[in-house]
Amino acid sequence: MIDPILTVRDLTVTFPDDNGGLEALDGATFSVYPQEFVCLLGPSGSGKSTLLRILAGLLAPTSGTFTYIAGPPRIGMVFQQANLMPWRTVRENITLPLELEGVPALEADRRAEDLIDLVGLQGFEHTWPRDLSGGMAQRVAIARALVHDPDILLLDEPFGSLDALTRERMWAELSHVWQVRRKTVLMVTHSIGESLFLADRVLVMSQRPGRIKLDLAVDLPRPRADEMRYTAAFGKLARQLKDAIGFPTGIGSDSRSVLDTRY
Amino acid sequence: MDLKALLKTARIPRRSPSWTMLVSLAAALLAWELVSRYAGLPAFILPSPGWVVVRFWRALTGGSLLLHTGVTLLEVLLGLLAGTASAVGLGYAVAKSRLFERLVAPYLVATQAIPIVAIAPLLVIWFGPGMFSKVLICALIVFFPVLVNTVVGVRAVPRSLRDLMVSLRARRGQILGKLEVPAALPILLGGLRIGATLSVIGAVVGELVGADRGLGFLINAARGQYDTALVFVAVFVLIALALTLYGLVSFMETKFLRWQETNLK
Ligand SMILES: Nc1ncnc2c1ncn2[C@@H]1O[C@H](COP(=O)(O)OP(=O)(O)OP(=O)(O)O)[C@@H](O)[C@H]1O
Ligand SMILES: [Mg+2]
Repeated sequence: MIDPILTVRDLTVTFPDDNGGLEALDGATFSVYPQEFVCLLGPSGSGKSTLLRILAGLLAPTSGTFTYIAGPPRIGMVFQQANLMPWRTVRENITLPLELEGVPALEADRRAEDLIDLVGLQGFEHTWPRDLSGGMAQRVAIARALVHDPDILLLDEPFGSLDALTRERMWAELSHVWQVRRKTVLMVTHSIGESLFLADRVLVMSQRPGRIKLDLAVDLPRPRADEMRYTAAFGKLARQLKDAIGFPTGIGSDSRSVLDTRY
Repeated sequence: MDLKALLKTARIPRRSPSWTMLVSLAAALLAWELVSRYAGLPAFILPSPGWVVVRFWRALTGGSLLLHTGVTLLEVLLGLLAGTASAVGLGYAVAKSRLFERLVAPYLVATQAIPIVAIAPLLVIWFGPGMFSKVLICALIVFFPVLVNTVVGVRAVPRSLRDLMVSLRARRGQILGKLEVPAALPILLGGLRIGATLSVIGAVVGELVGADRGLGFLINAARGQYDTALVFVAVFVLIALALTLYGLVSFMETKFLRWQETNLK
């Protein structure tokens, strides 16, 4: 059996507040394996972002451990907002992680160009972020997260701010990028449809304080096309996720409405 | 706060087409000429524009105007430099540490409450009528607006971009150079623009209080001899100085802040 690239054990976070502290995470435990695409699904406020921030080294847990197999990893992070530097052009934004590592400019530009091709932004290399659409900006953010060849991608609702149509196009693109680059991905999402479209495995978090409530393998064949969501297998998985989250399902709900629900 | 929204408020106003400026300038000159010619005022009250130009030429070729302008310009620039450097340094520390802010804020506010005109004589007594006391006055007057803008600018650096830098394991110096400086630059340059014109005022105030050179000294001297045309010359040179500095900062803004320009079609 392969060793997990990331092992998370009993992570607990308590934010100080006026009445004894606010528990955001309560003993989250799971593993992520190399080249796996894992989605983290859970209700709002269940501590998904908090968990991701810990794994990115932005926040120290109150207790518990997380271990990357090969020591401190290179991290590629994508946030809910594209989070580009407005004073850098598309290409300059993408080369940022390489600059920080001291990669020579010529080499950095070459690697940025590869990614610009991969995410389909040819011709926009020298565009300022203010002139990009939401979907284009998010693609720049994904390219930036990939450019330094990270050990793990941490995505926090990267498509949350996009309209439904663009979001679905981005799913296809992300899954394409993931298949080309074969990265380990941990992605937070609100959407059952999104998680089933992208993930090998879905972790469902409980209401706050967050714990891993369900660890569901998604064995749908790839590449996953739009039609897949009308299959029985998809519907069954969606139902399992929905039950785990604890969202009331009506009698008349079919796989379609499951998909369109953001919870 | 959203950086974009903040930058919009700090945006440089577009310069209006230059011909409107020329027309209004010509109108003002004409009005001045008419008043000086028909109001029956003596030349030591209101010299005509033509006479001021003649006086300008004489002062220029006579050699003293260039000297006085040079002295004032040097004071203004040195004061601007010293005031900006200390304000940016201190402002950065204030922005980064709430504790430090609480420690120094009362003093900073107090320095702002002291009218510079009132302590200028004191500074001249302490540091002599030479350039140093003027540079000090310029630095003091520049200090506060640049400090405030530095604090606002550094505090406006989005938390999410900081997170990005930390997740990429950026070092302190990289966060400063690649995030904090460019993010704070629009607001900082705004402070510098205000500081540049204030610095000119500081130098003149200092020179009026006590000096043996500089445009402020020239104004005092000319007034003593009822050479009002020369006073006008000095005032116009001061205006030109302030406008040039202002324009220089605006030029830096358009050069460094291309990324935030809107597409005005
Ligand atoms: N820095 C903080 N200080 C105090 N409380 C915090 C902080 N960050 C998060 N919280 C709280 O911790 C809880 C979990 O927040 P978190 O952002 O991780 O939730 P989430 O699962 O990402 O929610 P959403 O799906 O809405 O993004 C929330 O109740 C939130 O208010
Ligand atoms: Mg969140």
